[in-house]
Amino acid sequence: MSGLLAILWVIYLGAEDPAGLIATLVIGITDGAMFALVALGYTMVYGIIELINFAHGDVFTLGGFLGLPLLGLFGITSGTKFAWVYVPILVFVFVLVMGLNGLVNITIERVAYRPLRNAPRLAPLITAIGMSFILEGAMYLWRGPVSLRFPNLLPDTVASRFTSPAGHFGLNSGSTAAPLIDIGVKDVAVVISTVVLVILLSVFINRTKLGKAMRATAQDRDAAQLMGIDINRTISATFFIGAALAGAGGMIWALYFNSIRFDLGFTTGLIAFTAAVLGGIGNIEGAALGGLLIGIIRALNERYLSASWSDVVIFGILIMVLVFRPTGLLGMRVPEK
Amino acid sequence: MSAQESERAGETILDLEGVTKRFLGLVAVDNVSFEVKRGEVFALIGPNGAGKTTLFNCITGMFPPSEGRVSFDGRDITGYKPHRVAFLGIARTFQNIRVFDYMSALDNVRLGQHSRMHAQIWDAILKTPKARREEAEVTERAHELLRFVGIERYANSFARNLPYGAQRRLEIARALATTPRLLLLDEPAAGFNPQEKVELMKLVEKIRAQDVTVFLIEHDMRVVMGASSRIVVLDHGIKIAEGTPQEVRSDAKVIEAYLGKSA
Amino acid sequence: MIATLRDPKRLRAKLRQWSRDPYMVVYGVLFVAAVIFPPLASFATGTSTLTGLAADAGVWVLLAIGLNVVVGFAGLLDLGYAAFFAIGAYTYALLASAQLRSSPLHQAVHLPFWVLLFLAMFVAASAGAILGAPTLRLRGDYLAIVTLGFGEIVPRVFRNDPGHWTGGINAIGGIDQPTIPVCLDGPWSQGDDFKLQFGAVNCSFSLSDPTAYYVLMVILIIACVILVTNLQISRLGRAWAAVREDEVAAAAMGVNTRNIKLLAFGIGAAFSGFGGAYYGAKLSLVSPDNFDFTVSITVLVMVVLGGMGNIPGVILGALAVYFLEFKFLTDLPRNAAALANQVGLQGLLAPNAATSWPGLEDFVGRLNFLVLGLILVLMMLLRPQGILPSRVRAQELKAEGAADDTVFDARAGQT
Repeated sequence: MSGLLAILWVIYLGAEDPAGLIATLVIGITDGAMFALVALGYTMVYGIIELINFAHGDVFTLGGFLGLPLLGLFGITSGTKFAWVYVPILVFVFVLVMGLNGLVNITIERVAYRPLRNAPRLAPLITAIGMSFILEGAMYLWRGPVSLRFPNLLPDTVASRFTSPAGHFGLNSGSTAAPLIDIGVKDVAVVISTVVLVILLSVFINRTKLGKAMRATAQDRDAAQLMGIDINRTISATFFIGAALAGAGGMIWALYFNSIRFDLGFTTGLIAFTAAVLGGIGNIEGAALGGLLIGIIRALNERYLSASWSDVVIFGILIMVLVFRPTGLLGMRVPEK
Repeated sequence: MSAQESERAGETILDLEGVTKRFLGLVAVDNVSFEVKRGEVFALIGPNGAGKTTLFNCITGMFPPSEGRVSFDGRDITGYKPHRVAFLGIARTFQNIRVFDYMSALDNVRLGQHSRMHAQIWDAILKTPKARREEAEVTERAHELLRFVGIERYANSFARNLPYGAQRRLEIARALATTPRLLLLDEPAAGFNPQEKVELMKLVEKIRAQDVTVFLIEHDMRVVMGASSRIVVLDHGIKIAEGTPQEVRSDAKVIEAYLGKSA
Repeated sequence: MIATLRDPKRLRAKLRQWSRDPYMVVYGVLFVAAVIFPPLASFATGTSTLTGLAADAGVWVLLAIGLNVVVGFAGLLDLGYAAFFAIGAYTYALLASAQLRSSPLHQAVHLPFWVLLFLAMFVAASAGAILGAPTLRLRGDYLAIVTLGFGEIVPRVFRNDPGHWTGGINAIGGIDQPTIPVCLDGPWSQGDDFKLQFGAVNCSFSLSDPTAYYVLMVILIIACVILVTNLQISRLGRAWAAVREDEVAAAAMGVNTRNIKLLAFGIGAAFSGFGGAYYGAKLSLVSPDNFDFTVSITVLVMVVLGGMGNIPGVILGALAVYFLEFKFLTDLPRNAAALANQVGLQGLLAPNAATSWPGLEDFVGRLNFLVLGLILVLMMLLRPQGILPSRVRAQELKAEGAADDTVFDARAGQT
């Protein structure tokens, strides 16, 4: 019902100002892609050990924080502009950041979560919050309260410019020339790299032996163990992959917005968690879909309502979904009881 | 109350009509109907996975049945929440013991009286004379119940530190503390040796003598034969027999369910 | 109780019993410390600043006692505790300042402090009930995230100031300060410059001396400890313990699990609202920036450090964390700089752009997040029962086959 109303509202907006709507949707999809990358980690870890890994948002920030000095090793500073020679360097740094991030997350799991696997439920949850503060605290200690300037390594050029289909509905007859809509190379790069990562992930989970082990462990840990699956290794792998995706997300975020701060992961993490819940926690496709939807909702809200309310709107969605449809849109686990 | 209960002995206290429970396509309980009479010891038996515990869960409101009706004392309680079912007078124990491990045995039984107590938040905060009096009565009754099931010496031990048999008895004491008119026992003799089983059956008879109707699940047919007046047999979620122990023992379908087709 | 005090024999027996109970010993030590602290502090420093700090610590003690009801007794992780703190503070700020004159109401409201203290409690508890009613049936970790979301929403709403009620980022200032009877200042009181005359009655009130706040705080804490302990050993406390351990079994025994959880949640929120109102009154300024996630976490760290479910432990935890956060870590940059000067490491003091070294003082000043996080993680891993554990928690977390066979009867020291 409310979904229908929302769709009608979007159609109305489109009829009134197609260029504005499309530009907003582009922002939404780009942001959504980044949220999706973070949401995947939440959903994978939750799927396998039923823990809300509060530290995951900060693992995402850590990606950007690790990326900056690594780029510095190649002489790239915050003033460096896009050039083709940087593309292989960028790819290399991406891989490095993803790997380092994964190792950090494995360590976190090993040190802070594994000893509490059979403890009362509150214990690992509180530890996860503590881990989040430790990561944030470490990054704060390292770089202080300022926003770090990130090099603008993605070209600012326009990838595609087309004339908006304005006037089709005859609503904005006031403007004579149809406005142009620009989609930047940046946006395209963000979406493409996200799509590539998600495809790689789904191939990994559905085709490889380790991926199968992960799915089996998520469904029934004891049974999986009886079938000879090494549970610890599988859980470590899950944390590694989740953190690698989040690290990539952090890099993409930093490259897109050219700035990153130690506490970015708190709010962004909560938004991404909302995305995971919206899609159905434990469900990989759901996390991707949820991320996209949350990105679009946020962009629409920022353009047509008010930017200062968007966190309120999104956390409101989080509470509403958990209360009224805890299985999310695509569903999987029943988080009740 | 008990005088009233015994006067009405023989009336229907629990009535199941076409109770069905499905889990994602799997039918755990399939259209089961029977009546439990006031004042009897009624047994539900059946092989593993027959749906006995699922039926208990449907009666006590752990989850609602997919279809059918559960009536208690003439009142339709289908879909009631567990605490309401308990308040109306149905208490239960669990197949895999669920005592409160980190509460003393005494506190476990005191908790059982929770819904019969009247102290409100202000009484609790200010410890009014009313609340003190009630606590004292509840403590007295808890000691009585522990004595009744024969584990009074463990009153101040953490429930988790009790021996296995004592934990089973503690669960019964806790259930009795809710002052039930119908007591559901889920495999109360599981893990017991023959001697302990005999003692348990004596306890069941003692409970029945207090005008509490007993409805028990048992895996072991021999235990049930001596203790219960009527038996229902469940197999694969379907009721295959009902009657006195003698009738059930000689029922061909029951023998088949227990011993397999070859018998 | 009173009969006991009158009869010296019974009193002696009671005292002997208490001296064997570690909890009563902790309470006794805390009480003595609370009594001798103000004269000692003013004697040592010549001012009552430290006493004022201790009064502030009292607010956190109250917050921790309240959160302990939610987390320790009922086992519900509430990460939005600061939201109720904010609601309490804003309730007081709006109804005891000129703020509402510039609101759509066009009428300043000035209700008395004591009325508002309880109103703030009530409003916060209602907010808790409204949030809790639909969400408390959720599993523990989902409840945690819902409360976290709520905790983020509330300060943002106050900041965004819908309908121009709250003043938004401008905060609410000039809030009425409470009038507290001067007798609370005690014989060691220093400031009596704000005394008022009420007509013919010579009734003095002091507005400024921190000692009055301190005495008030100690009285409030003692009252809360007694009332919450009563609650813990009542039928409700027992039901909380049962729900925390096994919700299904508790429900089967006739406990209305939703209501009992809602009660814990509401009581916790009420404490927070109460603390918020007091805080607003003391600071005379309420800004939306004072209620972020760090506040919720600080209170949680106090409860975890002290030992979940255990009131004296939680009080110790609150005092320790308060000292750490607001005294030790606040003074640390200055002290570290002084130390560096003494041992000849002056080189560390200046910031260095090349190595992005921010200078020692700045660096040390950034430690608080890390410290909070480390306390949480290390406590959960190494001593999950807290510095002064409750007996139940100690058992829960002990390895299988624990030897301790007897349970302490909480009633022993009380009836």
